[in-house]
Amino acid sequence: MLDTIRFEIRASYAFVERNINLFKRYMGWEVVWFAYSLATTLSVAYIGKAMEYIGNARVDTNYVVLYLIIGTLIWRFLAFLFHDISEMVQWERWEGTIEYTLMAPIHRITHMLGQTMFALIHGTVFTLAIAGVTVLFFDLSLERANLLAAFLVLLAGSLSFIGMGITASVLPLLFPERGVQMTNVAEAVLLLFSGIYYPIQVLPRWMQVLARLSPATYVLSAMRAALLEGVDTATLLPTVEGLLGAGIALIAVGVWAFRRAELYAKRTGKLKRNG
Amino acid sequence: MVLTRSYNTVRDVAHLTTVPWAVEVKRLSKVFRSRRRGSVLPLRQGETEFIYALRDVSFRIRPGEIFGVLGPNGSGKSTLIRVLSTLIIPDAGWARVFGYDVVRGEMQVKRLINRVSVEASFFKKLSPVENLLYGARLYGLSGKEAKARIYQILRRLGIRESAYEHPMEEMSRGMQQKVAIARAFLSEPMLLLLDEPTTGLDPRSKREVQELVLELRATHHVTVILTTHDMMEADALCDRVAILDEGRIVALDTPTGLKARVAPDPARVSMDDVFMALTGKPWDDEEAA
Repeated sequence: MLDTIRFEIRASYAFVERNINLFKRYMGWEVVWFAYSLATTLSVAYIGKAMEYIGNARVDTNYVVLYLIIGTLIWRFLAFLFHDISEMVQWERWEGTIEYTLMAPIHRITHMLGQTMFALIHGTVFTLAIAGVTVLFFDLSLERANLLAAFLVLLAGSLSFIGMGITASVLPLLFPERGVQMTNVAEAVLLLFSGIYYPIQVLPRWMQVLARLSPATYVLSAMRAALLEGVDTATLLPTVEGLLGAGIALIAVGVWAFRRAELYAKRTGKLKRNG
Repeated sequence: MVLTRSYNTVRDVAHLTTVPWAVEVKRLSKVFRSRRRGSVLPLRQGETEFIYALRDVSFRIRPGEIFGVLGPNGSGKSTLIRVLSTLIIPDAGWARVFGYDVVRGEMQVKRLINRVSVEASFFKKLSPVENLLYGARLYGLSGKEAKARIYQILRRLGIRESAYEHPMEEMSRGMQQKVAIARAFLSEPMLLLLDEPTTGLDPRSKREVQELVLELRATHHVTVILTTHDMMEADALCDRVAILDEGRIVALDTPTGLKARVAPDPARVSMDDVFMALTGKPWDDEEAA
């Protein structure tokens, strides 16, 4: 039993180490992506700062800027999780290594765990780096923030994005060419509907209905409550519990969907196609 | 049989030393469905085309045997290898590796096999050492153990040390294929599936790979299934050869036995002649290239 656990842990680390090595080899692209993400974050934050000029009315500029920065940074982190995990199959299809990975004597959950650990490290480091540079541009105050509650909300909310990432990773198994396109569309839909840069109340009613189905809506809303209003942990606990429940359910759906898709690909011979 | 493999802790060694057959395949069939592109409207989709990759294939392989599968493109060789690699689920029949069913005992089978395919299939930006380290960890080796073994195998394969840390994409195809073989050896498989491992290699690299296969069998008693287009390779390496044509085994025997089927003096017959006589088709060198 202990040998099996040691075996699976080593195998899980294989994905972390491989992705770190890939990260180093593609460092140029990471720098490009960092510069682009930083420019986007700062641009969005400056929109907040320009509100008084644009609207010709008094607004609490600092509040608006912080509101927007929280949105961009949290979205950056969650999108990283979703994207890195959803690449579980896609990247290996491009490289042509997918058959070798699926042939290895490891449980699929070990594979997913390794990919998720890397996604968490990657997303955290990247987001903190952007946050670190962003604060240099603005005079931001988090005096009222309840950091513990914010951390709990983010932790619970991350589970849903891990689950959705696993489900999205299935798409390139089912549709070798179109799967990647579908994953990007799913990410864009989440961005539009989840109130990343605005309260969902500004959306048309039918979009608000869909927004309530997105876990990101609840993560963003609770994060803003914790960081901007300093809402206490107990008040946010029901949201944390809801996010935990949704996260566990979405991970279970993702694992189930991946297993079904792998069997389907093995029955139809779709594993061998690259690209 | 001596089993010195480092990760035998997750293999049932007692079971492995008692099974009489390394591979058993019984009435194995696989059909692929391919839809020809038609209209985008759901009711006007194109016709479904059926591709019979394997038809009623049966054979058994003893531990330590080098078993050749010979056939032109599209004959079903790679499908057979993929079924044994647990990458394709057969429609009918069954296949067992050291007594474990490739579908029901998938995990046990995976612990016993490794494969080299015609495409080297690596992370092209990663170096040979990084790629092999990833492969070794998937088979449960610790970093220290894996690195020691990686350098040993790379040296044995004649890969120059200056290439160890450079991206794979900077290596020649022959060198990449050698690294692919190193990856398969790292896990010390009991069944090595070689799917056209020498296709596209220069004569020297080809000979080195062939020598390595023979050495591996001699030192580790590994069982090998080798699919190839190369008649001479099959003749030189294989204890027995199955000729696969349109998904069917049309003949299975030792190379000498196959030759004896088509001419009274086997020494005067090539495997090309055997293929032609048994399938009724000429061996198409262009297709095989």
